[in-house]
Amino acid sequence: MKAGSNLEKVLSSGEFAVTAELGPPKSADPQVIIEKGNILKGYVDAVNITDNQTAIVRMASIAAGAIVVKEGIVEPVMQMVTRDRNRIAIQSDILGAAALGIKNCLCLAGDHHSSGNHPSAKNVYDLDSIQLVAMLKAMRDDKVFQCGEEIEEVQPQLFIGAAWTPLADPKEIRVIRLAKKVAAGADFIQTQGVYDVKSFAESMKKACDMGLCEDTYILAGIIPLKSAGMATYMQKSVPGVNVPDEMIKRLKDAGRKRAGAEGRKIAVELIQQLREVEGVRGVHIMAIEWEERVPGIVEKAGLLPRPSL
Amino acid sequence: MIVASRKPLDEIIEIIGDYEKVLIAGCGTCVEVCHAGGEKEVEILASQLRMKFGKEGINKEFLSDTVERQCELEFIEPFLEKAEDLDAILSMACGVGVNFLADRLDSLPVLPALDTTFYGATEEQGVWTEKCSGCGKCILHLTGGICPITRCSKSILNGPCGGSDGGKCEISADVDCAWHLIYERLKALNQLENIQAINPIRDWSTGLDGGPRKMVREDLRL
Ligand code: SF4
Repeated sequence: MKAGSNLEKVLSSGEFAVTAELGPPKSADPQVIIEKGNILKGYVDAVNITDNQTAIVRMASIAAGAIVVKEGIVEPVMQMVTRDRNRIAIQSDILGAAALGIKNCLCLAGDHHSSGNHPSAKNVYDLDSIQLVAMLKAMRDDKVFQCGEEIEEVQPQLFIGAAWTPLADPKEIRVIRLAKKVAAGADFIQTQGVYDVKSFAESMKKACDMGLCEDTYILAGIIPLKSAGMATYMQKSVPGVNVPDEMIKRLKDAGRKRAGAEGRKIAVELIQQLREVEGVRGVHIMAIEWEERVPGIVEKAGLLPRPSL
Repeated sequence: MIVASRKPLDEIIEIIGDYEKVLIAGCGTCVEVCHAGGEKEVEILASQLRMKFGKEGINKEFLSDTVERQCELEFIEPFLEKAEDLDAILSMACGVGVNFLADRLDSLPVLPALDTTFYGATEEQGVWTEKCSGCGKCILHLTGGICPITRCSKSILNGPCGGSDGGKCEISADVDCAWHLIYERLKALNQLENIQAINPIRDWSTGLDGGPRKMVREDLRL
Protein backbone atom coordinates (compact mmCIF):
# COMPACT_ATOMS: atom_id res chain seq x y z
CA MET A 1 0.00 0.00 0.00
CA LYS A 2 1.30 3.40 -0.95
CA ALA A 3 -1.21 5.54 0.87
CA GLY A 4 -3.76 3.07 2.22
CA SER A 5 -6.74 4.99 0.88
CA ASN A 6 -10.03 3.21 0.27
CA LEU A 7 -9.63 3.86 -3.46
CA GLU A 8 -6.22 2.23 -3.42
CA LYS A 9 -7.57 -0.75 -1.47
CA VAL A 10 -10.46 -1.25 -3.89
CA LEU A 11 -8.22 -1.01 -6.95
CA SER A 12 -5.45 -3.20 -5.56
CA SER A 13 -7.97 -5.85 -4.51
CA GLY A 14 -8.96 -6.15 -8.16
CA GLU A 15 -12.48 -4.78 -7.65
CA PHE A 16 -13.90 -2.53 -10.39
CA ALA A 17 -13.69 0.95 -8.84
CA VAL A 18 -16.28 3.72 -8.96
CA THR A 19 -15.48 7.37 -8.35
CA ALA A 20 -17.62 10.43 -8.87
CA GLU A 21 -17.19 14.16 -8.78
CA LEU A 22 -18.41 16.76 -6.33
CA GLY A 23 -18.34 20.44 -7.18
CA PRO A 24 -17.86 22.71 -4.14
CA PRO A 25 -20.14 25.75 -3.79
CA LYS A 26 -19.37 29.34 -4.70
CA SER A 27 -19.81 30.14 -1.01
CA ALA A 28 -18.57 29.24 2.45
CA ASP A 29 -21.53 26.94 3.10
CA PRO A 30 -20.36 23.52 4.39
CA GLN A 31 -23.91 22.18 4.15
CA VAL A 32 -23.69 21.93 0.36
CA ILE A 33 -20.70 19.61 0.66
CA ILE A 34 -22.38 17.52 3.33
CA GLU A 35 -25.57 17.15 1.28
CA LYS A 36 -23.80 16.27 -1.95
CA GLY A 37 -21.48 13.90 -0.09
CA ASN A 38 -24.43 12.14 1.49
CA ILE A 39 -26.05 11.63 -1.91
CA LEU A 40 -22.93 9.79 -3.10
CA LYS A 41 -22.23 7.92 0.15
CA GLY A 42 -22.29 4.16 -0.35
CA TYR A 43 -22.41 4.45 -4.14
CA VAL A 44 -18.80 5.32 -4.85
CA ASP A 45 -15.38 4.37 -3.49
CA ALA A 46 -14.12 7.95 -3.47
CA VAL A 47 -15.23 11.37 -4.62
CA ASN A 48 -13.14 13.86 -6.56
CA ILE A 49 -13.54 17.36 -5.22
CA THR A 50 -12.78 19.83 -7.95
CA ASP A 51 -10.25 22.63 -7.54
CA ASN A 52 -11.76 25.85 -8.87
CA GLN A 53 -12.90 24.01 -11.97
CA THR A 54 -12.98 26.07 -15.17
CA ALA A 55 -11.07 28.73 -13.21
CA ILE A 56 -14.16 29.84 -11.33
CA VAL A 57 -13.63 30.56 -7.65
CA ARG A 58 -15.25 28.01 -5.34
CA MET A 59 -14.62 26.59 -1.90
CA ALA A 60 -11.15 25.04 -1.72
CA SER A 61 -10.91 21.37 -2.64
CA ILE A 62 -8.86 20.63 0.47
CA ALA A 63 -11.37 22.33 2.77
CA ALA A 64 -14.31 20.53 1.17
CA GLY A 65 -12.34 17.28 1.38
CA ALA A 66 -11.65 17.86 5.06
CA ILE A 67 -15.38 18.35 5.64
CA VAL A 68 -16.33 14.98 4.16
CA VAL A 69 -13.51 13.30 6.07
CA LYS A 70 -14.53 14.88 9.36
CA GLU A 71 -18.18 14.02 8.87
CA GLY A 72 -17.20 10.48 7.88
CA ILE A 73 -19.28 10.73 4.71
CA VAL A 74 -17.12 9.56 1.85
CA GLU A 75 -13.44 9.40 0.94
CA PRO A 76 -12.28 12.46 -0.98
CA VAL A 77 -9.87 12.69 -3.90
CA MET A 78 -8.59 16.23 -3.62
CA GLN A 79 -7.83 17.85 -6.95
CA MET A 80 -4.82 20.09 -7.26
CA VAL A 81 -4.30 22.33 -10.27
CA THR A 82 -0.95 23.97 -10.93
CA ARG A 83 -2.64 27.07 -12.33
CA ASP A 84 -3.01 28.91 -9.04
CA ARG A 85 -0.15 27.84 -6.79
CA ASN A 86 3.61 27.70 -7.03
CA ARG A 87 5.65 24.84 -5.58
CA ILE A 88 5.81 26.47 -2.15
CA ALA A 89 2.05 26.78 -1.85
CA ILE A 90 1.42 23.32 -3.33
CA GLN A 91 3.75 21.49 -0.97
CA SER A 92 2.40 23.38 2.00
CA ASP A 93 -1.17 22.55 0.95
CA ILE A 94 -0.22 18.90 0.46
CA LEU A 95 1.15 18.67 4.01
CA GLY A 96 -2.00 20.30 5.30
CA ALA A 97 -4.30 18.07 3.25
CA ALA A 98 -2.56 14.92 4.48
CA ALA A 99 -2.75 16.18 8.06
CA LEU A 100 -6.50 16.64 7.61
CA GLY A 101 -6.86 13.01 6.60
CA ILE A 102 -6.97 13.35 2.81
CA LYS A 103 -5.39 10.32 1.13
CA ASN A 104 -5.85 10.80 -2.62
CA CYS A 105 -4.74 13.64 -4.88
CA LEU A 106 -5.47 14.12 -8.57
CA CYS A 107 -2.80 16.26 -10.26
CA LEU A 108 -3.93 18.62 -13.01
CA ALA A 109 -2.68 21.66 -14.88
CA GLY A 110 -6.19 23.12 -14.70
CA ASP A 111 -8.17 25.15 -17.19
CA HIS A 112 -6.49 28.40 -18.16
CA HIS A 113 -7.87 31.30 -16.12
CA SER A 114 -8.71 33.35 -19.21
CA SER A 115 -11.99 31.43 -19.50
CA GLY A 116 -12.89 31.70 -15.81
CA ASN A 117 -14.40 34.47 -13.70
CA HIS A 118 -11.09 36.20 -12.93
CA PRO A 119 -9.47 36.52 -16.36
CA SER A 120 -7.26 39.37 -15.15
CA ALA A 121 -5.46 37.13 -12.63
CA LYS A 122 -1.71 36.51 -12.76
CA ASN A 123 -0.70 33.22 -14.32
CA VAL A 124 1.28 30.83 -12.09
CA TYR A 125 2.09 27.48 -13.74
CA ASP A 126 5.32 27.01 -11.84
CA LEU A 127 4.84 23.27 -12.55
CA ASP A 128 2.85 21.22 -15.01
CA SER A 129 0.70 18.23 -14.10
CA ILE A 130 3.45 15.69 -14.81
CA GLN A 131 5.93 17.58 -12.69
CA LEU A 132 3.33 17.80 -9.92
CA VAL A 133 2.93 14.01 -9.95
CA ALA A 134 6.71 13.64 -9.70
CA MET A 135 6.91 16.14 -6.85
CA LEU A 136 4.20 14.39 -4.81
CA LYS A 137 5.82 11.02 -5.38
CA ALA A 138 9.16 12.36 -4.17
CA MET A 139 7.45 13.85 -1.09
CA ARG A 140 5.83 10.49 -0.31
CA ASP A 141 8.47 7.95 -1.30
CA ASP A 142 11.79 9.78 -1.09
CA LYS A 143 10.59 11.91 1.83
CA VAL A 144 11.95 15.10 0.32
CA PHE A 145 10.63 18.49 -0.62
CA GLN A 146 11.18 19.64 -4.17
CA CYS A 147 14.28 21.55 -3.05
CA GLY A 148 15.82 18.31 -1.79
CA GLU A 149 15.36 19.02 1.90
CA GLU A 150 14.16 16.11 3.97
CA ILE A 151 10.56 15.97 5.19
CA GLU A 152 10.39 15.10 8.85
CA GLU A 153 7.98 12.47 10.19
CA VAL A 154 5.10 12.47 9.13
CA GLN A 155 5.39 12.46 5.32
CA PRO A 156 2.23 12.94 3.24
CA GLN A 157 0.88 9.52 2.22
CA LEU A 158 -1.11 10.22 -0.90
CA PHE A 159 -2.45 7.93 -3.60
CA ILE A 160 -1.45 9.97 -6.64
CA GLY A 161 -3.67 10.40 -9.67
CA ALA A 162 -3.47 12.10 -13.02
CA ALA A 163 -5.85 12.80 -15.88
CA TRP A 164 -5.72 11.46 -19.42
CA THR A 165 -7.44 12.76 -22.54
CA PRO A 166 -6.72 9.85 -24.89
CA LEU A 167 -8.68 11.19 -27.86
CA ALA A 168 -7.51 14.80 -28.00
CA ASP A 169 -5.19 15.59 -30.81
CA PRO A 170 -2.43 15.27 -31.64
CA LYS A 171 -3.71 11.79 -30.77
CA GLU A 172 -0.36 10.09 -31.37
CA ILE A 173 1.12 11.94 -28.45
CA ARG A 174 -1.57 11.06 -25.91
CA VAL A 175 -0.22 7.62 -25.08
CA ILE A 176 3.27 9.12 -24.81
CA ARG A 177 1.92 11.63 -22.33
CA LEU A 178 0.18 8.90 -20.36
CA ALA A 179 3.48 7.03 -20.23
CA LYS A 180 5.15 10.16 -18.88
CA LYS A 181 2.51 10.51 -16.16
CA VAL A 182 2.94 6.88 -15.16
CA ALA A 183 6.73 7.20 -15.20
CA ALA A 184 6.43 10.30 -13.02
CA GLY A 185 4.51 8.20 -10.48
CA ALA A 186 0.77 8.31 -11.23
CA ASP A 187 -0.83 5.47 -9.25
CA PHE A 188 -4.18 5.96 -10.93
CA ILE A 189 -5.56 7.71 -13.99
CA GLN A 190 -8.99 9.21 -14.57
CA THR A 191 -9.79 9.84 -18.21
CA GLN A 192 -11.76 12.51 -20.01
CA GLY A 193 -15.39 11.52 -20.65
CA VAL A 194 -15.65 8.65 -23.11
CA TYR A 195 -18.48 8.23 -25.63
CA ASP A 196 -16.62 6.68 -28.52
CA VAL A 197 -15.77 3.32 -26.95
CA LYS A 198 -14.15 1.94 -30.08
CA SER A 199 -11.56 4.73 -30.40
CA PHE A 200 -11.03 4.66 -26.65
CA ALA A 201 -10.38 0.92 -26.74
CA GLU A 202 -7.77 1.48 -29.47
CA SER A 203 -5.95 3.99 -27.27
CA MET A 204 -6.22 1.62 -24.31
CA LYS A 205 -4.71 -1.16 -26.37
CA LYS A 206 -1.74 1.04 -27.18
CA ALA A 207 -1.39 1.91 -23.50
CA CYS A 208 -1.61 -1.73 -22.43
CA ASP A 209 0.86 -2.79 -25.12
CA MET A 210 3.31 -0.38 -23.52
CA GLY A 211 2.72 -2.02 -20.16
CA LEU A 212 1.01 1.05 -18.72
CA CYS A 213 -2.14 -0.82 -17.65
CA GLU A 214 -0.05 -2.88 -15.24
CA ASP A 215 1.79 0.11 -13.85
CA THR A 216 -1.26 2.22 -13.12
CA TYR A 217 -5.01 1.83 -12.59
CA ILE A 218 -7.06 3.45 -15.35
CA LEU A 219 -10.58 4.66 -14.59
CA ALA A 220 -12.62 5.56 -17.67
CA GLY A 221 -14.49 8.86 -17.54
CA ILE A 222 -18.27 8.98 -17.81
CA ILE A 223 -20.11 12.26 -18.29
CA PRO A 224 -23.88 11.63 -18.28
CA LEU A 225 -25.57 13.64 -21.04
CA LYS A 226 -28.54 15.78 -20.03
CA SER A 227 -29.73 16.77 -23.48
CA ALA A 228 -28.99 16.68 -27.20
CA GLY A 229 -27.80 20.29 -26.87
CA MET A 230 -25.23 19.33 -24.26
CA ALA A 231 -24.05 16.43 -26.40
CA THR A 232 -23.62 18.67 -29.43
CA TYR A 233 -21.78 21.24 -27.35
CA MET A 234 -19.42 18.62 -25.92
CA GLN A 235 -18.81 17.18 -29.35
CA LYS A 236 -17.94 20.59 -30.78
CA SER A 237 -16.21 22.35 -27.92
CA VAL A 238 -14.59 19.89 -25.55
CA PRO A 239 -11.17 18.71 -26.75
CA GLY A 240 -10.89 14.94 -27.04
CA VAL A 241 -14.62 14.34 -26.65
CA ASN A 242 -16.32 12.70 -29.56
CA VAL A 243 -20.05 12.01 -29.10
CA PRO A 244 -21.21 9.68 -31.89
CA ASP A 245 -24.07 11.00 -34.02
CA GLU A 246 -26.34 8.12 -33.13
CA MET A 247 -26.08 9.05 -29.44
CA ILE A 248 -27.09 12.64 -30.20
CA LYS A 249 -29.98 11.26 -32.24
CA ARG A 250 -31.14 9.08 -29.36
CA LEU A 251 -31.24 12.13 -27.08
CA LYS A 252 -33.11 14.16 -29.70
CA ASP A 253 -35.61 11.40 -30.32
CA ALA A 254 -36.23 11.02 -26.59
CA GLY A 255 -37.69 14.51 -26.58
CA ARG A 256 -37.01 17.26 -24.09
CA LYS A 257 -38.56 15.64 -21.07
CA ARG A 258 -37.06 12.20 -21.54
CA ALA A 259 -33.60 13.27 -22.74
CA GLY A 260 -32.08 13.16 -19.24
CA ALA A 261 -33.30 9.61 -18.66
CA GLU A 262 -31.98 8.59 -22.06
CA GLY A 263 -28.63 10.21 -21.20
CA ARG A 264 -28.44 8.16 -18.02
CA LYS A 265 -29.31 5.04 -19.94
CA ILE A 266 -26.45 5.80 -22.32
CA ALA A 267 -24.15 6.30 -19.32
CA VAL A 268 -25.09 2.87 -17.96
CA GLU A 269 -24.47 1.27 -21.36
CA LEU A 270 -21.11 3.02 -21.63
CA ILE A 271 -20.07 1.74 -18.22
CA GLN A 272 -21.00 -1.79 -19.22
CA GLN A 273 -19.07 -1.52 -22.49
CA LEU A 274 -16.05 0.10 -20.87
CA ARG A 275 -15.88 -2.65 -18.25
CA GLU A 276 -15.08 -5.02 -21.09
CA VAL A 277 -12.22 -2.89 -22.44
CA GLU A 278 -8.83 -4.31 -21.58
CA GLY A 279 -7.05 -2.32 -18.88
CA VAL A 280 -10.09 -0.40 -17.60
CA ARG A 281 -10.09 -0.83 -13.81
CA GLY A 282 -12.99 1.39 -12.91
CA VAL A 283 -15.13 4.33 -13.90
CA HIS A 284 -15.09 7.97 -12.91
CA ILE A 285 -18.53 9.54 -13.18
CA MET A 286 -18.47 13.29 -13.71
CA ALA A 287 -21.97 14.62 -13.09
CA ILE A 288 -21.32 18.06 -11.67
CA GLU A 289 -24.54 19.70 -10.43
CA TRP A 290 -26.25 16.40 -11.26
CA GLU A 291 -24.77 14.47 -8.34
CA GLU A 292 -28.21 13.13 -7.37
CA ARG A 293 -28.28 11.09 -10.56
CA VAL A 294 -25.07 9.20 -9.81
CA PRO A 295 -26.57 6.58 -7.43
CA GLY A 296 -29.12 5.50 -10.03
CA ILE A 297 -26.48 5.14 -12.72
CA VAL A 298 -24.19 3.12 -10.43
CA GLU A 299 -27.06 0.88 -9.41
CA LYS A 300 -28.31 0.25 -12.96
CA ALA A 301 -24.76 -0.47 -14.11
CA GLY A 302 -24.67 -3.31 -11.58
CA LEU A 303 -21.87 -1.83 -9.52
CA LEU A 304 -23.55 -2.23 -6.13
CA PRO A 305 -22.82 -2.90 -3.37
CA ARG A 306 -19.51 -1.08 -3.18
CA PRO A 307 -16.87 -3.18 -1.44
CA SER A 308 -16.05 -2.29 2.14
CA LEU A 309 -12.39 -3.05 2.73
CA MET B 1 12.81 43.14 -31.37
CA ILE B 2 10.80 44.69 -28.57
CA VAL B 3 7.25 45.19 -29.76
CA ALA B 4 5.14 47.99 -28.38
CA SER B 5 2.03 49.93 -29.26
CA ARG B 6 1.14 53.54 -28.64
CA LYS B 7 -1.27 54.28 -25.85
CA PRO B 8 -4.58 55.87 -26.88
CA LEU B 9 -4.47 59.67 -27.13
CA ASP B 10 -6.88 60.17 -24.20
CA GLU B 11 -4.67 58.14 -21.91
CA ILE B 12 -1.58 60.07 -22.99
CA ILE B 13 -3.38 63.36 -22.33
CA GLU B 14 -4.27 62.13 -18.86
CA ILE B 15 -0.67 61.10 -18.22
CA ILE B 16 0.64 64.52 -19.34
CA GLY B 17 -1.73 66.20 -16.89
CA ASP B 18 -0.56 69.68 -15.94
CA TYR B 19 2.92 69.55 -17.41
CA GLU B 20 3.32 72.42 -19.85
CA LYS B 21 6.62 72.00 -21.62
CA VAL B 22 7.02 68.43 -22.73
CA LEU B 23 9.64 66.79 -24.90
CA ILE B 24 8.29 63.91 -26.93
CA ALA B 25 11.26 61.57 -27.17
CA GLY B 26 11.36 58.98 -29.93
CA CYS B 27 13.55 55.93 -30.29
CA GLY B 28 14.91 54.82 -33.66
CA THR B 29 15.37 51.11 -33.00
CA CYS B 30 12.76 48.44 -32.14
CA VAL B 31 9.79 50.75 -31.67
CA GLU B 32 10.54 52.48 -34.93
CA VAL B 33 10.51 49.13 -36.74
CA CYS B 34 7.15 48.25 -35.19
CA HIS B 35 5.77 51.71 -35.97
CA ALA B 36 5.07 52.70 -32.39
CA GLY B 37 7.64 55.27 -31.31
CA GLY B 38 10.02 56.22 -34.11
CA GLU B 39 10.49 59.62 -35.68
CA LYS B 40 7.29 59.43 -37.68
CA GLU B 41 5.15 58.46 -34.70
CA VAL B 42 6.76 61.20 -32.60
CA GLU B 43 5.76 63.84 -35.14
CA ILE B 44 2.24 62.46 -35.44
CA LEU B 45 1.74 62.45 -31.66
CA ALA B 46 3.24 65.95 -31.33
CA SER B 47 0.86 67.39 -33.89
CA GLN B 48 -2.13 65.54 -32.38
CA LEU B 49 -1.33 66.98 -28.97
CA ARG B 50 -0.70 70.49 -30.28
CA MET B 51 -3.98 70.39 -32.12
CA LYS B 52 -5.94 69.02 -29.20
CA PHE B 53 -4.65 71.52 -26.62
CA GLY B 54 -4.60 74.37 -29.15
CA LYS B 55 -8.28 73.85 -29.89
CA GLU B 56 -9.11 73.98 -26.20
CA GLY B 57 -6.97 77.08 -25.73
CA ILE B 58 -4.69 75.34 -23.27
CA ASN B 59 -1.16 76.61 -23.34
CA LYS B 60 1.30 73.78 -23.69
CA GLU B 61 4.50 73.36 -25.63
CA PHE B 62 5.51 70.10 -27.25
CA LEU B 63 9.05 69.64 -28.47
CA SER B 64 10.11 66.58 -30.36
CA ASP B 65 13.31 64.67 -30.89
CA THR B 66 14.20 61.12 -31.85
CA VAL B 67 17.48 59.41 -31.07
CA GLU B 68 18.87 56.15 -32.38
CA ARG B 69 18.39 54.24 -29.13
CA GLN B 70 17.11 55.28 -25.71
CA CYS B 71 18.80 52.31 -24.03
CA GLU B 72 22.36 53.54 -24.43
CA LEU B 73 23.91 56.45 -22.64
CA GLU B 74 25.68 57.98 -25.60
CA PHE B 75 22.39 58.37 -27.46
CA ILE B 76 20.30 59.88 -24.67
CA GLU B 77 22.78 62.67 -23.92
CA PRO B 78 20.76 65.24 -25.93
CA PHE B 79 17.69 64.53 -23.80
CA LEU B 80 19.63 64.85 -20.56
CA GLU B 81 21.06 68.18 -21.72
CA LYS B 82 17.60 69.58 -22.47
CA ALA B 83 16.15 68.37 -19.18
CA GLU B 84 16.55 71.58 -17.20
CA ASP B 85 14.40 73.41 -19.61
CA LEU B 86 11.47 70.96 -19.49
CA ASP B 87 8.50 70.01 -17.30
CA ALA B 88 8.49 66.40 -18.46
CA ILE B 89 9.75 63.96 -21.07
CA LEU B 90 7.14 61.83 -22.81
CA SER B 91 9.15 58.86 -23.99
CA MET B 92 8.04 56.91 -27.02
CA ALA B 93 10.68 54.25 -26.39
CA CYS B 94 9.90 50.87 -24.85
CA GLY B 95 9.85 50.63 -21.07
CA VAL B 96 13.62 50.19 -21.09
CA GLY B 97 14.06 53.69 -22.47
CA VAL B 98 11.63 55.19 -19.97
CA ASN B 99 13.46 53.54 -17.05
CA PHE B 100 16.87 54.41 -18.42
CA LEU B 101 15.98 58.09 -18.67
CA ALA B 102 14.20 58.15 -15.31
CA ASP B 103 17.26 56.62 -13.63
CA ARG B 104 19.28 59.57 -14.83
CA LEU B 105 16.89 62.45 -14.30
CA ASP B 106 16.47 63.18 -10.61
CA SER B 107 13.79 65.80 -10.75
CA LEU B 108 12.25 65.49 -14.19
CA PRO B 109 9.24 63.23 -14.73
CA VAL B 110 9.63 60.69 -17.57
CA LEU B 111 6.25 59.54 -18.85
CA PRO B 112 5.46 56.52 -21.03
CA ALA B 113 3.60 57.01 -24.30
CA LEU B 114 3.73 53.33 -25.26
CA ASP B 115 2.59 50.03 -23.86
CA THR B 116 5.57 47.73 -24.22
CA THR B 117 4.27 44.27 -24.96
CA PHE B 118 6.73 41.55 -25.94
CA TYR B 119 9.84 40.28 -27.68
CA GLY B 120 8.52 39.40 -31.06
CA ALA B 121 8.95 39.08 -34.78
CA THR B 122 7.19 40.65 -37.74
CA GLU B 123 5.11 37.87 -39.27
CA GLU B 124 3.86 40.12 -42.04
CA GLN B 125 3.28 43.84 -42.53
CA GLY B 126 1.39 44.99 -39.45
CA VAL B 127 1.45 41.64 -37.63
CA TRP B 128 3.82 40.81 -34.78
CA THR B 129 3.95 37.71 -32.63
CA GLU B 130 5.60 36.91 -29.33
CA LYS B 131 8.45 34.42 -29.49
CA CYS B 132 10.65 34.73 -26.42
CA SER B 133 10.28 35.67 -22.74
CA GLY B 134 13.92 36.26 -21.91
CA CYS B 135 13.77 33.52 -19.27
CA GLY B 136 17.52 33.34 -18.89
CA LYS B 137 17.97 29.63 -19.64
CA CYS B 138 17.19 28.68 -23.20
CA ILE B 139 15.82 25.21 -23.98
CA LEU B 140 14.94 25.74 -27.64
CA HIS B 141 17.34 22.97 -28.74
CA LEU B 142 14.99 20.51 -27.00
CA THR B 143 11.74 21.85 -28.37
CA GLY B 144 12.45 22.18 -32.05
CA GLY B 145 13.11 25.91 -31.79
CA ILE B 146 9.59 26.66 -30.53
CA CYS B 147 9.39 28.19 -27.06
CA PRO B 148 6.85 26.54 -24.73
CA ILE B 149 7.54 29.01 -21.95
CA THR B 150 6.42 31.86 -24.17
CA ARG B 151 4.07 30.29 -26.68
CA CYS B 152 2.18 27.80 -24.48
CA SER B 153 -0.47 29.68 -22.50
CA LYS B 154 0.40 27.63 -19.42
CA SER B 155 4.18 27.64 -20.01
CA ILE B 156 4.13 23.91 -19.41
CA LEU B 157 7.19 21.85 -20.19
CA ASN B 158 5.49 18.50 -20.82
CA GLY B 159 2.67 19.35 -23.17
CA PRO B 160 0.33 19.37 -24.90
CA CYS B 161 -2.26 19.65 -22.14
CA GLY B 162 -5.72 18.15 -22.51
CA GLY B 163 -7.06 21.44 -23.85
CA SER B 164 -5.24 21.30 -27.17
CA ASP B 165 -7.69 20.92 -30.03
CA GLY B 166 -7.08 20.78 -33.76
CA GLY B 167 -3.69 22.41 -33.28
CA LYS B 168 -5.21 25.31 -31.35
CA CYS B 169 -4.79 26.31 -27.73
CA GLU B 170 -7.66 26.01 -25.27
CA ILE B 171 -7.64 29.77 -24.67
CA SER B 172 -8.63 30.66 -28.22
CA ALA B 173 -9.07 29.26 -31.70
CA ASP B 174 -6.79 32.11 -32.83
CA VAL B 175 -3.85 30.86 -30.77
CA ASP B 176 -1.72 27.97 -31.98
CA CYS B 177 -1.00 25.27 -29.43
CA ALA B 178 2.75 25.54 -28.94
CA TRP B 179 3.03 21.89 -27.96
CA HIS B 180 1.19 20.77 -31.06
CA LEU B 181 3.73 22.77 -33.08
CA ILE B 182 6.60 21.33 -31.05
CA TYR B 183 5.31 17.80 -31.60
CA GLU B 184 4.99 18.27 -35.36
CA ARG B 185 8.40 19.87 -35.59
CA LEU B 186 10.16 17.21 -33.49
CA LYS B 187 8.51 14.56 -35.60
CA ALA B 188 9.82 16.22 -38.78
CA LEU B 189 13.27 16.52 -37.21
CA ASN B 190 13.21 12.89 -36.07
CA GLN B 191 13.69 14.03 -32.48
CA LEU B 192 10.53 12.71 -30.84
CA GLU B 193 12.65 11.32 -28.01
CA ASN B 194 12.77 14.90 -26.71
CA ILE B 195 9.04 14.86 -26.04
CA GLN B 196 9.12 11.35 -24.57
CA ALA B 197 11.50 12.36 -21.80
CA ILE B 198 10.05 14.12 -18.77
CA ASN B 199 11.18 17.71 -18.60
CA PRO B 200 11.93 18.19 -14.91
CA ILE B 201 10.68 21.03 -12.73
CA ARG B 202 12.36 24.18 -13.89
CA ASP B 203 14.52 26.66 -12.05
CA TRP B 204 12.72 29.92 -12.80
CA SER B 205 15.23 32.00 -10.89
CA THR B 206 17.11 32.73 -14.11
CA GLY B 207 14.09 34.78 -15.19
CA LEU B 208 12.25 37.69 -13.63
CA ASP B 209 11.11 35.37 -10.82
CA GLY B 210 14.63 35.58 -9.39
CA GLY B 211 14.41 39.37 -9.14
CA PRO B 212 15.62 42.06 -11.54
CA ARG B 213 18.57 40.87 -13.56
CA LYS B 214 21.93 42.38 -14.32
CA MET B 215 24.63 41.11 -16.61
CA VAL B 216 28.29 41.99 -16.19
CA ARG B 217 30.85 41.00 -18.79
CA GLU B 218 34.24 41.63 -17.20
CA ASP B 219 35.97 41.05 -20.54
CA LEU B 220 34.15 44.01 -22.01
CA ARG B 221 34.45 46.45 -19.15
CA LEU B 222 36.69 49.46 -19.51
S1 SF4 C 1 -3.48 23.96 -25.51
FE1 SF4 C 1 -1.30 23.84 -26.00
S2 SF4 C 1 -0.56 25.97 -25.89
FE2 SF4 C 1 -2.57 25.91 -24.91
S3 SF4 C 1 -2.12 25.61 -22.74
FE3 SF4 C 1 -2.42 23.55 -23.60
S4 SF4 C 1 -0.39 22.85 -24.22
FE4 SF4 C 1 -0.25 25.06 -23.86
